[in-house]
Amino acid sequence: MSAPFESVGRRVPRIESREKVEGRAQYIADLYRTGMLHGAILQSPFAHARIRGYDLTGALAMPGVHAIVTGDDFAQSNRMGAFIKDEHALAKDKVRYVGEPVAAVAADTEAIARAAAQAIRVAYEELPVLLTPEQALASGVHIHEGVEGYFKVLDAGSRGNLCSRTEFAEGDIERGFGESDLVFEHHYETQAQAHVALEPCGALVEVDPQGRLTIWSANQSVFRVQACVAEALGLPMTRIRCLTPRIGGAFGNKMEPHVQPIVAALALKARRTVKLVLTREEDFEMVRARHPFKVRVKTGVNRDGTFVAREVEVLLDCGAFADDSPGVLGYSLLCARGPYRFAHARCHGRLVYTNKLRFGAFRGFGNPQVSFAGESQIDDIAEQLGMDPIELRLKNILRGDDRALGGQMLSSNGLKECVERVRDASGWARSTQASRSSRSTEDSGGGGAPLPSAPGKKRALGFALCGHISGLLASGAIVRMLEDGTVVLNVGANDIGQGSDTVLSQICAEALKIPLENVVFVSPDTDGSPFNWGTTASRVTFMTGRAVIGAAAEVEKQLKQQASEMLECAVEDLELVSGGAVAVKGVADKKIGFFEIAKRSHWFAGGPIIGSHTWVYDRPTVDPKRAAVIGLPFPRIGAYSFSASVVDVEVDEVTGAAQVKRAWSACDVGRAINPLLVEGQIEGGLAQGIGYALVEEMVWDGARLANPTLMDYKIPTTGEVPYELHSIIVESQDADGPFGAKGVGEVCLVPVPAAIGNAVRRATGVRLFKLPLTAERILRATLGKT
Amino acid sequence: MSDSLHVEIKVNDSPVALDVPLTETLLTSLRDRLQLTGAKRGCNQGVCGACTVMVDGVAVRACLSLTANCEGQSVLTIEGAGNDRAIAALQDAFIEAAALQCGFCTPGQLIAARALLEHNASPSVEDVSKGMSGNLCRCTGYNKIIDAVRMAARRLQP
Repeated sequence: MSAPFESVGRRVPRIESREKVEGRAQYIADLYRTGMLHGAILQSPFAHARIRGYDLTGALAMPGVHAIVTGDDFAQSNRMGAFIKDEHALAKDKVRYVGEPVAAVAADTEAIARAAAQAIRVAYEELPVLLTPEQALASGVHIHEGVEGYFKVLDAGSRGNLCSRTEFAEGDIERGFGESDLVFEHHYETQAQAHVALEPCGALVEVDPQGRLTIWSANQSVFRVQACVAEALGLPMTRIRCLTPRIGGAFGNKMEPHVQPIVAALALKARRTVKLVLTREEDFEMVRARHPFKVRVKTGVNRDGTFVAREVEVLLDCGAFADDSPGVLGYSLLCARGPYRFAHARCHGRLVYTNKLRFGAFRGFGNPQVSFAGESQIDDIAEQLGMDPIELRLKNILRGDDRALGGQMLSSNGLKECVERVRDASGWARSTQASRSSRSTEDSGGGGAPLPSAPGKKRALGFALCGHISGLLASGAIVRMLEDGTVVLNVGANDIGQGSDTVLSQICAEALKIPLENVVFVSPDTDGSPFNWGTTASRVTFMTGRAVIGAAAEVEKQLKQQASEMLECAVEDLELVSGGAVAVKGVADKKIGFFEIAKRSHWFAGGPIIGSHTWVYDRPTVDPKRAAVIGLPFPRIGAYSFSASVVDVEVDEVTGAAQVKRAWSACDVGRAINPLLVEGQIEGGLAQGIGYALVEEMVWDGARLANPTLMDYKIPTTGEVPYELHSIIVESQDADGPFGAKGVGEVCLVPVPAAIGNAVRRATGVRLFKLPLTAERILRATLGKT
Repeated sequence: MSDSLHVEIKVNDSPVALDVPLTETLLTSLRDRLQLTGAKRGCNQGVCGACTVMVDGVAVRACLSLTANCEGQSVLTIEGAGNDRAIAALQDAFIEAAALQCGFCTPGQLIAARALLEHNASPSVEDVSKGMSGNLCRCTGYNKIIDAVRMAARRLQP
């Protein structure tokens, strides 16, 4: 009977598009309140120092200054942290990195607030500075004194500067290497990457007549903001209401708190509305960034290409606070084996505090780093074995009943189709034949590679793949029918630009068989929305979408109950029909519209129709019969999505500069609720992956970030991102997802850096073990220098 | 405010008189004094292009332009662009092509695209790519922005 979908699968433009193109969309910096004060932050000039005292007299004496807060305003016990509670809203007793917020001022104007912040005198006593994980592990100086006693949500094994450690093991790794024909071992390094959401972080906090705080901020979860401000200020959550304006991109840096607790403290102290928006430089220096990784990969294979054993060891720079880092460590290790059959696997690593800004969640959550390492090595293994790298992978990828590392069942798996479709679309086979005979063979075939190299350039395709989860934790949805039969959808999930307001509205419209225009999406509000952990972990379509299905089913039940009374027939004989009506099955003209039902429910019988549903992801990450695990941060993680990428890269033989000329990405998204928006995710993921692979790097001069501006830190422009970005959508129909859908936000980015590194290798013959693949590094390698 | 200057400009076809410090940027005047928040502050350094507005028909970075230098000039922001035929076509094309995601860079992209079309009524992919290279977007892969600009250009052909 499966009727075609009416909303699901449609290329619907974002429902909030019009306000965005007309400049009416309001982001945090666009909010103004009568009489509001402006905030400014004093940052630490030292990477590691004890705070011996503050002199606020000069700053407080400045006309227009209303409140100053320092670490003294926050109780010792009021520490925040998603995994390890190790962070105060402002530096307390110690500073731990250059740029850390030390004090904040609320004043009549931003200029006065900034001047007053600079007039605050802080007495420091410098401590030894630890800038790398190796230094910190070797040092007796501890960045957190007493981390062992901090509250933690996992068995982190924290000790000294070791923030956490995690290990996954399956089979017998030593036996596996012993049984392998060939064993490969390489070391890889990745850099710190800045999120550079074009909107800098900020918050606006109002104090209402009851003394409750209303917090507007650039954020990925109103509920995370509420929880973190409550922890940082020692307030019950009932005193805090969080709302969201439009969000100007996030990519992970707005999931955990940035300035919200500081602005909340200023507003409470001044008893006035306070707004604070970071400058681009401050945003670079004090929010968070992608972790630099050191990765050792050891892989045992047989001569026929069968994968036997893989060990991956990682060392992560945590920065000064744990933030989401224990999760990133654990998650990267879960992905480090890759979506391959290995009888023996051991993935283990450590996360180490250093005197740098905190590293945290960033699109991919540790997976791009380990995938760069693991997927680079697989290409080198293929070369050693004389096999095509895609054929080698196809021989070993997860299929059928194969499990993820740890033993989790896969609820869908479209990996093979991703590999085959991206291979075929890119003309990979012709490319490899051509490169075997002559690198610059002309090819007359349309649509795929290879294209000839220009004079002075070398060109080749590169490939990589990955698996990545979408899921985690809890989501809810409330669907309410208004008196006229239209519907209010309330889920508490922030749209950070990716388009979830639209996708969730489509799911709701489809489930109730009503036009999309009959659904209104409620902006998240902790006072009125059901809990949603956050817009992160590629989870909103999958997790919140399923909650919407559940809430709509509840509404359907109530509609049918009403209709059965109105039509005088059994509930079982009724069905929803297109256009917002309940009809007797098989009798299309015996029906009753939502308008009539809604009127009846509000004014006569049954009561207003409200459906709600909540759930928490429930499949266990680890099957204890298959895997031994230490320090697991996510006991129930989510559904696996898959992706494969081919990039066509040209390297300039004179400068070493690599340029991506074309790219293909196939992503298994379960089902594309909105293919137009899925393409947007894939294309954006390719662009960010290209930036990460080729141009982006945060650089420290000693302890100070040397390039905290867009002048010095380059993100891809139209000059770096090719026009030819080919998105291929693979639909594997996930058993747990809404209409079969799962996430796409991260999986599209993850394999891109490795694919580019593999293309550079195939074009030039040099293998680079360190990101980014800058022109200088490629040139030096081609010249035989290191 | 002794070093402030009286400036008379036109903003979106309406005359505006402002007393501004000599160092105040056009972006600050538009956002903080006139509540025209369509132009965004992404970097305040002239790199990202999110603050792009038109001054006397030329696309400029409002964060690098001093209001005091705009005496007698005519400023067009996204809020006032509704009657502009090219902007209207670009807005429709951006929506249809999904050339926007978070939307933060979009007003700047639209103004930059309008300036591009003023000089080149039927730009190639490469023309748009070069012409818009000063407007950063962190969400899209730019290809849908390029498609939208060319779609609008085709629709604007006489």
